[in-house]
Amino acid sequence: MSGARSRETTEPAWVRRLLIGGALAYLALFLFVPIGAVFAEALKKGIPAYLAAFRDPYTLKAFLLTILVTVLAVPLNVLFGIAAAWAITKFRFRGKNLLITLIDLPFSVSPVISGLIFVLLFGNQGLLGPWLQEREIRIIFALPGIVLATIFVTFPFVARELIALMQTQGSEEEEAALSLGANGWQTFWRVTLPNIRWGLLYGAILATSRAIGEFGAVSVVSGHIRGKTNTVPLHIEILYNEYNFVGAFAIASLLVLTALLTLGVKTVVQRRARAEQDRLGSAAPEQTP
Amino acid sequence: MKRRILLALVLGALASALTLIADRAIPNGTAHAAVKTVLLNASYDPTRELYQDVNAAFAAQWKAKTGQNLEIQQSHGGSGKQARAVIDGLEADVVTLALAYDIDAIAKNSGLIAADWQSRLPNASAPYTSTIVFLVRKGNPKGIKDWGDLVKPGVEVITPNPKTSGGARWNYLAAWAWALRQPGGNDQTAQAFVTELFKHVPVLDSGARGSTTTFTERGIGDVLLAWENEAVLAIRVLGPEKFEIVAPSVSILAEPSVTWVDRVTKRRGTEAVAKAYLEFLYTDAGQELAAKHYYRPRNQAIAAKYAAQFPTVELVTIDGVFEGWPKAQKRHFDDGGLFDRIYQPGR
Amino acid sequence: MTTRRRNARVLPGFGLSLGFTLTYLGLIVLFPLSLLFWKSATLGWGEFWAVATTPRALAAYRITLGASFIAASINMGFGLLLAWVLTRYRWKGRQFVDALVDLPFALPTAVSGIALTAVYSKHGVIGSKLEALGIQAAFSPIGIVLALTFIGLPFVVRTVQPVLEDLEPEVEEAAASLGASRWQVFHRVLLPMILPATLTGFALAFARALGEYGSVVFISGNMPMKTEIASLLIMTKLEQYDYPGATAIAVMMLGASFVLLLIINLLQWHAQRHRVSR
Repeated sequence: MSGARSRETTEPAWVRRLLIGGALAYLALFLFVPIGAVFAEALKKGIPAYLAAFRDPYTLKAFLLTILVTVLAVPLNVLFGIAAAWAITKFRFRGKNLLITLIDLPFSVSPVISGLIFVLLFGNQGLLGPWLQEREIRIIFALPGIVLATIFVTFPFVARELIALMQTQGSEEEEAALSLGANGWQTFWRVTLPNIRWGLLYGAILATSRAIGEFGAVSVVSGHIRGKTNTVPLHIEILYNEYNFVGAFAIASLLVLTALLTLGVKTVVQRRARAEQDRLGSAAPEQTP
Repeated sequence: MKRRILLALVLGALASALTLIADRAIPNGTAHAAVKTVLLNASYDPTRELYQDVNAAFAAQWKAKTGQNLEIQQSHGGSGKQARAVIDGLEADVVTLALAYDIDAIAKNSGLIAADWQSRLPNASAPYTSTIVFLVRKGNPKGIKDWGDLVKPGVEVITPNPKTSGGARWNYLAAWAWALRQPGGNDQTAQAFVTELFKHVPVLDSGARGSTTTFTERGIGDVLLAWENEAVLAIRVLGPEKFEIVAPSVSILAEPSVTWVDRVTKRRGTEAVAKAYLEFLYTDAGQELAAKHYYRPRNQAIAAKYAAQFPTVELVTIDGVFEGWPKAQKRHFDDGGLFDRIYQPGR
Repeated sequence: MTTRRRNARVLPGFGLSLGFTLTYLGLIVLFPLSLLFWKSATLGWGEFWAVATTPRALAAYRITLGASFIAASINMGFGLLLAWVLTRYRWKGRQFVDALVDLPFALPTAVSGIALTAVYSKHGVIGSKLEALGIQAAFSPIGIVLALTFIGLPFVVRTVQPVLEDLEPEVEEAAASLGASRWQVFHRVLLPMILPATLTGFALAFARALGEYGSVVFISGNMPMKTEIASLLIMTKLEQYDYPGATAIAVMMLGASFVLLLIINLLQWHAQRHRVSR
């Protein structure tokens, strides 16, 4: 990983520049310019107009709702991710590939469908609708529906991250701990969790950034009640539809900044994780193929 | 092992129960909900500005009359989408949608609303009307004056998708009605005209507001088919120096309908206030507000007062030309209907 | 898969973890998804097939699959390039770019759609240049590809990057000392090693693109038969209160996603086994 590579294993300077240039051109077309457009639109009418967008009480409520939804959805998926990764990587059983595929499934399901299934389940015309109606329990067009849809779309991220990580780590350390007399929970808390904590955090960050940004699925189950069931992405859509372009893009730009911040944290996390893995790798040389 | 699986099942159930409990635990953003009556109005996109004013005016009036604090919450979206949300359980006390068909759909598909809802309020439960006009770029560079000009070579027309937007269905029907009125006009010529018209449409946004943005912000197209009130609003908000309105010779009387949702109001005990809210729309104050937001008022006196802002257009009705919404919907917009045929290959 | 040959039941918690996994998966994912089948089953086989294979639906599948494939291919090529320059070279702004790569993943899709439309429509910064060349980017199939490329951008980069970082420099050095040119080293030595990861990234980007809705509707123009994607067709059916029809198309899309993801996982599993046995 050191920057200094020998002449034989790197390219001449002009090739390097060409490749970097090509990569940057691709990023410019598909990433920089569109993101730049968000900021350009947000700042079109100057800083005061930009800041005014955040003084809207509905904006504040949308942020609070989004935070609440994220705080409810992500920990549940973290819990699930740990359980799934433990079962899948520490044991052998039939249908493992099928199970992993099913865990991945929400990732590629259209958000329209992700929302629709909860309508089919909890909607008044849905399977559980009449039962819920009798008991006046509201799931969709209320917080639980939004949380469920968010859990659904962020379902695979923690599990996926942990499965990959725990597979390469193997179970030698856990087995050693057990043979030294530790019980299952102790082994998990003292051995496994410290080993996977960075991967866990990384997965949680991915899930969080996706949860904050989810639009399609939440849109179907939210009911769009202003100040009540509008998350930040939905609120952005509303402002945009009210021709309040500056407001819409201002909030969007804040989401971009938040995302950058979380992704910055992620980069640090990743670096630590890698350092840790290197340390582990040198401690357990039999793992390198 | 069995006990473990049982434990796991309990854990799973707990996790899902947690999300349910959360609903009860989190207040709806109003800490003093006990002394406040809350009304939810599910409406379509272009009425945001109107109902902002109506809600404030009515809440003040209601407070003066009954002493009750009233909070009116708004939900906006495409008309059909909103109808579906109500059918699926969105607890709206009143619905104020783009067309009677969508409220009929609620009545038919869920029974939440009495089937005879349209006769419960005056004017077939449409307190204000609107029509479809053209929004063109300043100076009308393509010289568009009437429906016939829309199919001239090189003219691009922007309208939302009639399959997903209530407003777009009015656009389509208005064009059809105009073609019928032409010399020798009949169903065939009307169909040919509408087919030709949609060949001039480069973008079909899913909703009315999307189309307006495509036309105004993206600069696509020469003419936007829009609700009259939307066109006026777009001009006011987005630039009087950039756009102007052209009124066609014939257009359709668009009647956005309102009603209260019987089952919801009954259960929530909001029957009286929901009814009063909708009746307020018919009062002088309500009609004034409608006119201020460029909806055509029903009240003759107020309509006369604001006559200057509404161009004279000959208006045909959906009942008169299309024998009502259910038939129009089935014939033109359902899957396999006339609208779909426009896009069928080989034509 | 290092546990493969060992006694699998040494560690505790199999029942607990698998039980919880299956319960949670069942409640949140499988049971709700199964309702799609339940609802579309009300159509009966013949009608289900008729609804799911109308010319318009077929056109929508074709557009969705085609655009997703092209977008994933673009991302595969350039993602590989980007992963390469991010891991192999040190340059100014590298870390900043590295952090930016995940942005499309975190941004609300509607915002992405609006921003892309603003940039690529004919009066936009890039769109106006393309217009001059006679290319209409927004409101055409190209627009769909643009949106899908945007949302799929992180995947190939993020799957290939760690593999490139873990490659031992000795292999390249050995090949070079045996007289292989730089291109030969890349082509014969490096590429086979990063190919599985690249394909996984490609498949992920492809799978993600299949379901995308929010960003596409703004930029595609939504013309039936031409730029109408499958998700939009589902929306259209819902607007007509045609739930069985909507779920029929949803089932078709779900099937496609499932098969695709299964292939990815088998591929990964295969690659892993290959690595261990080597």
